[in-house]
Amino acid sequence: MSEADGWRRLHPLSPIVRGGRATIAIAILLLPAALRGRSLSDSYIQLAIAGVLTGLGFVSWLVTRWRIDGDDLQIETGLVRRQSLRFPLAQVQAIDIVRPGLARLVRVAELRLRMGGASGATARLAYLPEREVEPLRARLLALAGGERHDPEAPVAAEERVLATVPTGRLVASILISDVGLFAEAVLTALVVTAIVSPSAAAGAASGGGVWILGVVTVVWRRFNQEYRLTVAEAPDGLRLRAGLIALTAETIRPGRVQAVRMVEPLLWRALGWCRLEVDLAGRQRGKGEGQAQRGQLRAVLPVGSRALADELLDRILPDRPRETSQPPRRVLWKSPLRYHMLSWGRTDTCVVTTSGRLRRATSWVPLVKVQSLRRVQGPVQRRLRLASVHLDTAGRSVHATLRDRDAAEADRALAELTALARAVRRSGSRG
Amino acid sequence: MAAPGESERWRRPSPRLLVLRRLEVAAVSLAAALAAGLLGATASAGSGLGAAAAAIALGLTAERFVRRRVRAWGYAEREDDLLVQRGVLFSRLSVVPYGRMQFIDVTAGPLERSFGLATVRMHTAAAASDARIPGLAREEAARLRDRLAELGEAQAAGL
Repeated sequence: MSEADGWRRLHPLSPIVRGGRATIAIAILLLPAALRGRSLSDSYIQLAIAGVLTGLGFVSWLVTRWRIDGDDLQIETGLVRRQSLRFPLAQVQAIDIVRPGLARLVRVAELRLRMGGASGATARLAYLPEREVEPLRARLLALAGGERHDPEAPVAAEERVLATVPTGRLVASILISDVGLFAEAVLTALVVTAIVSPSAAAGAASGGGVWILGVVTVVWRRFNQEYRLTVAEAPDGLRLRAGLIALTAETIRPGRVQAVRMVEPLLWRALGWCRLEVDLAGRQRGKGEGQAQRGQLRAVLPVGSRALADELLDRILPDRPRETSQPPRRVLWKSPLRYHMLSWGRTDTCVVTTSGRLRRATSWVPLVKVQSLRRVQGPVQRRLRLASVHLDTAGRSVHATLRDRDAAEADRALAELTALARAVRRSGSRG
Repeated sequence: MAAPGESERWRRPSPRLLVLRRLEVAAVSLAAALAAGLLGATASAGSGLGAAAAAIALGLTAERFVRRRVRAWGYAEREDDLLVQRGVLFSRLSVVPYGRMQFIDVTAGPLERSFGLATVRMHTAAAASDARIPGLAREEAARLRDRLAELGEAQAAGL
């Protein structure tokens, strides 16, 4: 395992940081006994568990190593079941630097490479020393871009900040979002019962404790993740930085965006606010990914004005349709709430669709990213001579659907979009 | 159903698929009729006969539905993409460009195999893509697989 081969190890404190909450929990378990000055005989079991976990962590650190080999990132891990993973850098969709609270204390950071392709796995290097992470990210991105990069000269890619989210606005937006309103309702109910009858409130608090904790966690996570989010444009991609305790810095490579979605919840619309999300290629549900990453898309702009969103959209999708057309009026019979939200439009390279009942969701899909098209007609739609056209992308959750169009128009759109998608695919593969 | 673009040659699954599906329906409805008949017969002989008849009638309705469903399947190979049509109640028409193909599955369950049938499925990078053609004769499935693989390679496009 010589340095000459380019094999490197992770930071020695990695297992402790990775243990994260478990480490803290064990420390809390052991602390009272130690403080009381008792012999630790009562906590033999805890001690044994802690010892075994530390040992396992150390072994896993010992057998894990990584290196950059040509155009691949190679990670070897596992003692009993040895795994050698190879990640072709050309398939990298985005690179994240993640620093949870504990990692920041000991000055380490995790590098996460999100891969495309059928497997759509995520390569994780957890954890590396903080000062090595930025240069490594730049180097990986340069390699992914196909440049022959001189490892001696670190690229100092200059950034241009496009937008930041003020904390006040973020707080306000969370307060009037769906989870926020739910949390407030729960808390108000609790306070009211506490005033009316304290004993009942105590019962409710202990009974619904898990619920309350869950709601608070969701709200907190949202706040923590999106605190002081900054979007910047750099030559090697779009940079997103955010976080209060856990810091994340994400770089999305240009041309890797599968779809963009703008969500405008009912209450936000009154304030002219919206949320802008991008969808990247990847496995639909990743193993080893947290709930938060699974469910939610990466917000480029957690909350902002329409003007700001438009500005960002200009960067991500310069050629985007300006005009949209409404569905026929008879859609009112099928979906009265949705009718006013439905529309679609296109240019030669991009399609936009809107939908939603109370909140409006606008999706943009570049035609280069369309994998397949589907025309679907249900029984109610047949009666009303309507049909929908779906555009499938490799993204996780944004789907552009031309919902409830006149059947003849849907057929025309399907033929047209098929031809346009073919044209951009051809020109793309030649260029 | 009107299909986009030029007139294309639609192909259908093998007629043996209909035989297979009918056999499946018949087996299930006969079993159901037997069970319902026996259960009803514990009350009286008449109710047993009635229950069995009801189960058979249900089976006949299901047969009609299955027949329409099987007839609705179709596929057409165009120059740049494959069209797959399916569904009676919810009719779907999928357009899958050859260049977007990631891999092709050919599967055949034990029943399908005994009828010399196979199911061909194209996968793209999008999970929602839905290009499955059941009940192809084995030779046709092999031909389609090879042709798709060849076209896919020639027109492959990145993500």
